[in-house]
Amino acid sequence: MTLALYVPRSSVVHRLPAGVKLLGLGVLAVALFALPTLTAAGAALAGVLAVGLLVARLPVAVLARQARAVRWWLLALLVVHALTTDVRTGAHVALRLLTLVLAAAVVTATTRVAAMVAVVERLCAPLRLVGVRPARVGLAITMALRFIPVLVERADRIRAAQAARGGSTRGLRALRTTVAPLLVQVLQMAHDVSEALDARGADDVPPPRRRHSPTLETP
Amino acid sequence: MRFRRPGAVAAGADVAEPGRGLELHEVGHRYGDRVVLEGIDLTVTERRVGVVGANGSGKSTFARLLNGLVLPSAGRVLVDGLDTRTQVRAVRRRVGFVFQDPDAQIVHPTVAEDVAYGLENQGVPPEERAVRVAEVLARHGLAGHADHPAHLLSGGQKQLLAIAGVLVMQPARIVFDEPTTLLDLVNARRIAELIAGLEQAVVVVTHQLDLLDGFDRVLVVDRGRVVEDADPRAAVAAYRTLMADR
Repeated sequence: MTLALYVPRSSVVHRLPAGVKLLGLGVLAVALFALPTLTAAGAALAGVLAVGLLVARLPVAVLARQARAVRWWLLALLVVHALTTDVRTGAHVALRLLTLVLAAAVVTATTRVAAMVAVVERLCAPLRLVGVRPARVGLAITMALRFIPVLVERADRIRAAQAARGGSTRGLRALRTTVAPLLVQVLQMAHDVSEALDARGADDVPPPRRRHSPTLETP
Repeated sequence: MRFRRPGAVAAGADVAEPGRGLELHEVGHRYGDRVVLEGIDLTVTERRVGVVGANGSGKSTFARLLNGLVLPSAGRVLVDGLDTRTQVRAVRRRVGFVFQDPDAQIVHPTVAEDVAYGLENQGVPPEERAVRVAEVLARHGLAGHADHPAHLLSGGQKQLLAIAGVLVMQPARIVFDEPTTLLDLVNARRIAELIAGLEQAVVVVTHQLDLLDGFDRVLVVDRGRVVEDADPRAAVAAYRTLMADR
């Protein structure tokens, strides 16, 4: 499972501020719905591929993996539209979705998590007025990204342990017997992580700062 | 983990007295009715100290007392003259802590970001942060993994990353809680060599007795008490005898 999709490169796209890339992604989404034609969607897809493969120099496999992940959704959209409206509309809707998925993949692959989280923190800044600490919001997002694969791994381990003892790995019963021990592990891990955060000074309040992603290329 | 209001001032005026080492004065700790540690009264000024004991003997709680992760139910713990009860932030800046399971210690998705985390908390400027992160990653063979997802590292690399995340904060002391328990022989040896080469004073809680070779002092903890306090050879022999009688 690969949640962290960042692909280190030295390109213009990589150097663009995360906020600009996210804004661009939003503008693209709006534009694709504002110009509902197959030609526009096709041109947008070509543009996204050009930016991702030629400008950002991402490996084809990175974008192919994202396309593969949504292939059944795309096919379902195409088929449903073909049956209910027409094939052209189906192709347009599928193409639009594919374009957005690939554009999001390009943004993710060219932007460090820390930079992305910094944008979220800036957006959350007004919430300081009601006592919310943007840095805590950012940390929560970062930790969610970090621990999803860990939890998947723990769940796999529990399922394997049950299978080794002849238990079922499918169905409702398997789900029940996985969820309970996983919950126990998650609670234990939450306690351990909280200790680790304390040990690394999470309780300290540093002076206001701009988040910065450490890189080896530009120390 | 406690949350503090924004704008609260971090402890900065606490002055350490490095020569004093670790002082535990009549320390006891209990979880509810269960007594985990009692009557611990010792001073540690040695640079390399090991702690051994059976599972559930209280040695992990002992380790957690040393950087204020656990506050004593009775007595006082002083680290270089700083009281863990009243000067906990200053204590944690002096004492790094490496946990048994690195997965619980790594909180950021990528290697470099995780190493930088403690520095962010200390308010280290971004430029200096990047330099220190790069330096510590290079020193521990993780430079090529800076942008890698942490969850894709091997067990040994994860433990190295966890240690790098502590070392980058340049603590005066480091407490290791069973740092090699989850590792294979090669990685365990690598971590042992790393610990042996550290300039910081270390306290290592371990079941791996050969890790204690060359240490200055070893404590044997049993049923919440320090039952042996000697050089590694004598302490390990006493520990073996103790366990053989069970």
